[in-house]
Amino acid sequence: MSVAHTFLGLLESQPRHGYDLKRTYDEAFSPERPLAYGQVYATLARLLKNGLVVVDGVEPGGGPERKRYAITEAGIADVQAWLAQPERPEPYLQSVLYTKVVLALLTGRSAAEILDVQRTEHLRLMRELTRRKTSGDLTDQLICDHALFHLEADLRWLELTADRLDDLRARLATRTDLRPASPHSATRDDPAARAPRRANS
Amino acid sequence: MSTALLVATDLRKSYGPTAALAGASVTVRAGEILAVMGPSGSGKSTLLHCLAGIVPPDSGTITYAGRELTAMSDVDRSALRRSDFGFIFQFGQLIPELTCLENVALPLRLAGVRRREAERRARAWLAQLEVEDVANKLPGTVSGGQGQRVAVARSLVTGPRVVFADEPTGALDSLNGEKVMVLLTQAARDTGAAVVLVTHEPRVAAYADREVVVRDGVVHDRLAQSLERAA
Ligand SMILES: Nc1ncnc2c1ncn2[C@@H]1O[C@H](COP(=O)(O)OP(=O)(O)OP(=O)(O)O)[C@@H](O)[C@H]1O
Ligand SMILES: [Mg+2]
Repeated sequence: MSVAHTFLGLLESQPRHGYDLKRTYDEAFSPERPLAYGQVYATLARLLKNGLVVVDGVEPGGGPERKRYAITEAGIADVQAWLAQPERPEPYLQSVLYTKVVLALLTGRSAAEILDVQRTEHLRLMRELTRRKTSGDLTDQLICDHALFHLEADLRWLELTADRLDDLRARLATRTDLRPASPHSATRDDPAARAPRRANS
Repeated sequence: MSTALLVATDLRKSYGPTAALAGASVTVRAGEILAVMGPSGSGKSTLLHCLAGIVPPDSGTITYAGRELTAMSDVDRSALRRSDFGFIFQFGQLIPELTCLENVALPLRLAGVRRREAERRARAWLAQLEVEDVANKLPGTVSGGQGQRVAVARSLVTGPRVVFADEPTGALDSLNGEKVMVLLTQAARDTGAAVVLVTHEPRVAAYADREVVVRDGVVHDRLAQSLERAA
């Protein structure tokens, strides 16, 4: 899972302090394995150095957790590229896909599009495995079938998630730390939702 | 990339208040195996029936090999269906009073082929699908997997250019479903027939060359979309 991209997505939905970023990340995406503070600040330092975020305010008291970070245009482009790129189909993909879907809803992008791109990628690999299977021996068949059943399970999850996007958006709207960019954005087939949009604008 | 064989543009079809198709467009190319996926009730079967000329759409056009299906007379359309199309459905498609061999020979008989010749060709197809041994049995006395292979044989016996298959493995277990798919796709590739394969099972769709997804009566075709964007 890319912590840096997830931070950027959260910052695109609204500027946040270091401590707020960590807390929201842990609660939303990693309740069982909270981030270490060292990783939070190392990640933010790297994002700053690469010009993907800027510090747009400092609370009294000092320390990185008191700084307020905001995303830059380069940062938004980075989030966009990451969300648009399908993941390599492999087991336990759902945590990164779940993160992408939530961030898409938060930033007014099309979550359905992310799931569609991923489905295409999964089926592409499934076709490749099926070709290998039909031209191979029994060992090939058994190995490919194992992978195919797992990919199929992922696809079923993708389908179910696609059918639940409205519910997920409604649930996010009840959370103050994770509020979707606009109640009307990112509905399926809404072409306007495909374009990235600044939150709080 | 091979040529477009069957092109549907902006199909609409309603049953009372239900819009089964709401502007569906899709292209099937010669010899390709196209999987049509999508949730239950999204309009897959309706689309298949429209493409095959079984159900007329309320509006929109379907062109097959340059001829407009939607503008043909019923007689011409039935003739075209018999000569150029083959069909496989989920179940209940074999005529129970006829033996499996007679079932497979039937499309040829309807096309005017003599009985002996029709049965000779039907037997060859049963052999190709590895169910020669059920030739003289009635459909009610064979297994689901065997029955589906007989249905595949029947769909291919006339040498169609398009086979329409609606959940052809839906009633089978994994292993039998796989066998039917292997045999169907091999036979289609050998004869150059295109296959429109409706399925909600990803593992079945993976036998196709590409997939489209039907949602709420609209076809989502990522390949066509990306070509449009590139154009
Ligand atoms: N003959 C009919 N009369 C009335 N309504 C129909 C008829 N055929 C289909 N429908 C309706 O049209 C819609 C699309 O049905 P269709 O059978 O095409 O869906 P499907 O995608 O094939 O679903 P499934 O995966 O369950 O087979 C559904 O709402 C269905 O109830
Ligand atoms: Mg159906």
